[in-house]
Amino acid sequence: MKYMMLVYTAEDAYVGGEREACVAESVALCHELASKGKYLAASPLHPVSTATTVRVRDGHRLTTDGPFAETTEQLGGYYIVDAANLDEAIAIAARIPGARKGTVEVRPVFELLGLPK
Amino acid sequence: MTGMREFINELYVRESRRVFSTLVRLLGDFDQAEEAMHEAFAAALEQWQQYGKPASPRAWLVSTARFKAIDAIRRRSQSERMQDAVVRRVDVLSSINAERAAHDIEDDRLRLVFTCCHPALSPEARVAMTLREVCGLTTEQIATAFLTTPTTIAQRIVRAKAKIRDAGIPYEVPSPADLPERVASVLAVVYLVFNEGYSASSGDTLTRADLSAEAIRLARLLVTLQTGPEIMGLLALMLLHESRRTARTTPEGDIILLEDQDRSRWSRALIEEGRQWIKRSMKSGTVNVYALQAAISATHAEAATSAATDWGQIVRLYDSLQAIAPSPVVELNRAVAVAMRDGPDAGLNLIDAILARGDLAGYHLLHAARADLHRRMERKPQAVEAYERALELAQQEPERRFLRKRLRELNERD
Repeated sequence: MKYMMLVYTAEDAYVGGEREACVAESVALCHELASKGKYLAASPLHPVSTATTVRVRDGHRLTTDGPFAETTEQLGGYYIVDAANLDEAIAIAARIPGARKGTVEVRPVFELLGLPK
Repeated sequence: MTGMREFINELYVRESRRVFSTLVRLLGDFDQAEEAMHEAFAAALEQWQQYGKPASPRAWLVSTARFKAIDAIRRRSQSERMQDAVVRRVDVLSSINAERAAHDIEDDRLRLVFTCCHPALSPEARVAMTLREVCGLTTEQIATAFLTTPTTIAQRIVRAKAKIRDAGIPYEVPSPADLPERVASVLAVVYLVFNEGYSASSGDTLTRADLSAEAIRLARLLVTLQTGPEIMGLLALMLLHESRRTARTTPEGDIILLEDQDRSRWSRALIEEGRQWIKRSMKSGTVNVYALQAAISATHAEAATSAATDWGQIVRLYDSLQAIAPSPVVELNRAVAVAMRDGPDAGLNLIDAILARGDLAGYHLLHAARADLHRRMERKPQAVEAYERALELAQQEPERRFLRKRLRELNERD
């Protein structure tokens, strides 16, 4: 079985050197998992202020600033893509079938050095 | 050499945003571009006074700013590897297309507009970024015009730049597939800036008139960059609105309705220019919302008196508008035009049908229109009731003053 683990925290939850400590601990965990063959991928995300929301309704693409904030819709899947820029990422997001019924939130991945390959 | 200082000041006003937009492309960063540009203008002041001005001042400024930026990157970068990578990128980027400089610079301005108006930025951020980065207004000027503090505007701009950088919003003219959505976003920003400057709300009226002028300037720039029939339609619409600016309020800021305006005070030059842009817009592509609204405005402008207005033509234009962009507000405006063509009764039936459907019940202008039609039919109680409803819903002080005045006139009638 593969599992996806979604990490929720308040953006101001880490103070002082806590963020650096969190990164170090996460990287160590990833290496431990990789040594047991259990690591697939992991990464922090840029803050929610960098989020863009994409929906497709009646064939029209709607792009808006900000995170997804609808309480009736639930996280149903994920894609990790390598795109040249946000425009390409938005174009891909609009092709995801879920964008026609629900919402796709596009968040840039924070490129963390030192994670297992 | 005060002549040189004046020359450079004029050059700054005329060219600085162009130089800036090219530098954003070359350096990939708004703040570095701004800083390097200012250093280049300072260097120009020093060197041109001594050695005379170069053959191509703009190219000199871009190239000097580029060297200043490379110096700054070298000074600042902590990691040498990163520093070399950035410097190499800047070198490569800026040596490409060196021969097509003039063409590129026009493209750069368009890139800047599209980046500042990107739909992944909030509408407020788009407006602030466009006025700051494309028009070159200061945060203080933007804050005054939008009745907020410079800190708020500055924060909005800092956040927008962070999103552009971190989310990877590109500095590019969008692909043909994305163009309709992206042009729509740019035009919405331009029109919002115009309306902010044109609406009769409170605030320093002079500053707000500047905002409208800025929107028109921006639209004029966009039509030269060839972004299609809609921008021509929007430019026309703004010019036609602007032609009535001084006629539409009293010196005290009270509203004067179109039918009561002194038409000799409408700017014939702006009307004529607006009409030319409508023609070009209609000729060059599909009929669009802005051009149709402009055409309605132009129909009013062509009538020598209010009574001479071609209401049949206006109803037909609203029909076209309703066909391509249906909305209850368009329907309401059409109903008012029908009332003018066929009598208040016909208009009232259409308005009541909108209300019966449950639309626009909270829209003050619907109730004001109903009130006016009842007033024309001498139905005082219904008119009073509708004016009172409109007054409850109206937010802007000049509109409230107008509605109170109408109520007073009605009550004084017997």
